[in-house]
Amino acid sequence: MSDKKVDQETGVETTGHSWDGIEELNNPLPRWWLWTLYATIIWGVGYTIAYPAWPMISGATAGVLGYSTRGEVVQDIIDHDAKNSALVADLLETDIATLAPGDDLHRYAVARGGSVFRAQCSQCHGSGAAGAKGYPNLLDDAWLWGGDVENIAYSVRHGIRNLTDLDARYSEMPAFDELLEDAEIDAVVEYVVSLSAPEFDADIAAEGAVIYADNCSACHGENAMGDRELGAPNLSDAIWLYGGDRATLETTVRQARFGVMPAWGQRLSEEDVRAVSVYVHSLGGGE
Amino acid sequence: MTNPSLYAPREPIFPRRVSGFFRRLKWWIMGVTLAIYYLTPFIRWDRGPNLPDQAVLIDLASRRFYFFWIEIWPHEFYFVAGLLIMAGLGLFLFTSALGRVWCGYTCPQTVWTDLFILVERWIEGDRNARVRLHHAPWSFRKWRLRLTKWVVWLLIAVATGGAWVFYFTDAPQLARDLVSLNAAPVAYITIAILTLTTFVFGGFMREQVCIYMCPWPRIQAAMMDPDTITVAYREWRGEPRGKGNVRKRDRVAAEQAAKEAQAAGPGQARYAPTPYPNPKLQIGGAPQAEAATNEHGDCIDCMACVNVCPMGIDIRDGQQMECITCALCIDACDDVMDKIGKPRGLIDYMALSDEPAERAGGAPKPIWRHVLRPRTIVYTALWSCIGLALLYGLFIRSDIELTVSPQRNPTYVVQSDGSIRNIYDIRLRNKQGEARQFHLSLTSDALLRIELEGRQGQLNVPVPADTTVLQRVYVTARPQDAAATADRTDLRFWVEDLTTGDRAGRATTFNGRE
Repeated sequence: MSDKKVDQETGVETTGHSWDGIEELNNPLPRWWLWTLYATIIWGVGYTIAYPAWPMISGATAGVLGYSTRGEVVQDIIDHDAKNSALVADLLETDIATLAPGDDLHRYAVARGGSVFRAQCSQCHGSGAAGAKGYPNLLDDAWLWGGDVENIAYSVRHGIRNLTDLDARYSEMPAFDELLEDAEIDAVVEYVVSLSAPEFDADIAAEGAVIYADNCSACHGENAMGDRELGAPNLSDAIWLYGGDRATLETTVRQARFGVMPAWGQRLSEEDVRAVSVYVHSLGGGE
Repeated sequence: MTNPSLYAPREPIFPRRVSGFFRRLKWWIMGVTLAIYYLTPFIRWDRGPNLPDQAVLIDLASRRFYFFWIEIWPHEFYFVAGLLIMAGLGLFLFTSALGRVWCGYTCPQTVWTDLFILVERWIEGDRNARVRLHHAPWSFRKWRLRLTKWVVWLLIAVATGGAWVFYFTDAPQLARDLVSLNAAPVAYITIAILTLTTFVFGGFMREQVCIYMCPWPRIQAAMMDPDTITVAYREWRGEPRGKGNVRKRDRVAAEQAAKEAQAAGPGQARYAPTPYPNPKLQIGGAPQAEAATNEHGDCIDCMACVNVCPMGIDIRDGQQMECITCALCIDACDDVMDKIGKPRGLIDYMALSDEPAERAGGAPKPIWRHVLRPRTIVYTALWSCIGLALLYGLFIRSDIELTVSPQRNPTYVVQSDGSIRNIYDIRLRNKQGEARQFHLSLTSDALLRIELEGRQGQLNVPVPADTTVLQRVYVTARPQDAAATADRTDLRFWVEDLTTGDRAGRATTFNGRE
């Protein structure tokens, strides 16, 4: 720019930009402002050397201070584990059946178990532990294999009907589709309905009672109260894992049910198994 | 035509010493407010064994606010909000009645600036000496005076910031910790920040804080009207201003010359006064030719009111945003009026609405007629209503409280016998200094059974002193109960201290099988 324009009034050079006859003066920036700018540039260069900053093809520069947010999280976790180590040791030694609400250890187990439950168990049993069709509700008072804290811990540790843990709780209902006539299946369904529902056909139910006694009572009990040794559900109460209407019951009788739970003892640490058992027991359904 | 500038550098202000009624009043208010500020944290208040014994304490760690006999928990923060609203309305009330009395007398910025100017005057001398020092080149003497002043300011600033942190923890213990360098870093950081702001605001920014930073001068115009009692210049009496009659002018000049000659001492150069600072003041002013006539008002244009003003304004120009109604100009002017034998009150606290009557020779309205007007009555009524509501709230609040959080995941659980169970988390607060037994119960139209987790059939919950306890509660409706089949049923939890009979309740709902 050879021809520099100068503003007549102030004697300051203009930038040559003009809007509606108003020209922009080329006043210098305030000195302190410039120095602040230079200081931030120097600081910025130093920062990118000291901290991870520049993206590379895989990853980024590490920075000479060796800092990373991930490393900070890892350190936080180590710190927390160290802080809780006494409680973890206690949890491993103490008989969890003796823990009472209000104890420090109980509070710790419930808090820890709650996070384990939300991470590992809520997919099937729901975040509030209310279960779903085929996945037991852990809040009520009906337990297929027992609801005291030791039985809960056993179920968690070894799982149900899985083939990976030899100690898993195991039982299998036969599929009665091949074993009974259609009319017999209808009759036994009507008998089971009669145990808990107010409306049923008494004649058919009476026929079904005979069939039940011959085929079902071995596992579900003579009074249909179920058997916790076999995980056989109580058929006379108000709780149905798969549904208590006639169509569902018929499907259950014809095809049988086979709910599987993994052996969490193979995936979780012992303290997590204990903690989540205490947590489930504390939800309101524990015996 | 001068070139208008976006930014005008600050004109330094060197307020002259003044004495009089309002100056004395200001000294008293300064003493009382500073004493309240510095001493309050050290007042003790016995609340029992488990509670702090500091009368005024903001306990952020355990989220309690103690004010003498009142203890405020975080969920009762509306008391603090109410007090803040009352403070705001009180400011409106006082401003509409008496102008900016808050700014002039009790605002911390005014109080500390006044204190800093006192120190400045004590070390560097009064106005003329300070003006001289300001214009003098840097010498040993100037450095010595400036450094002494700054050190004293800094000491005051440290004490100011230091006193603030005492409101947040046990003051005597913190004082020991601060001295032995054992206090928490946050205490030192807070003190450092408040020291810096006090030092800069009180020492260097002064009236600029009021003019450029504080929003109140902008708002106050809406609070004031012609009936507001404020500092004003009786223009009808003062104008046209001049040096009075010639005889008196000569006498005053002779006395002044003798006094200055005496003050300057032999052999020393007299200080040359700065040129007339404000050309505006010459409008309607007194050219020398007029001075001989007797058509002058009472204002002798001595600039005393301008020289004492900490805001650097001339009240004779009329009402100005910068005026904090500190009344130092009244003291200065009254002093001059006494000396020249004129009645006081050329500059005075007055209502502008009286101006026409006074100009015509009539008497002003009595002060209560100015103060009692719809605006102030409405402000007072609002202020009192909120105050009474807070007092009512304070007296009806119970020493026990509960909040109920129903479990909504899932909303209900079916039990094997077909009954329906809801789960509630109940928070029980014991606001007293001793442990208590709380009895839980519920009322509802439908029949419902209540059970407390971990209490084996018991309905009593022990709650330690000054503590909140979380208790999980199971409420069950049997299959034949109405609540089991209804969508929702209203119910109310009650908590009762069986020994004192104190009782509190909370309403909630029970979810049935829809």
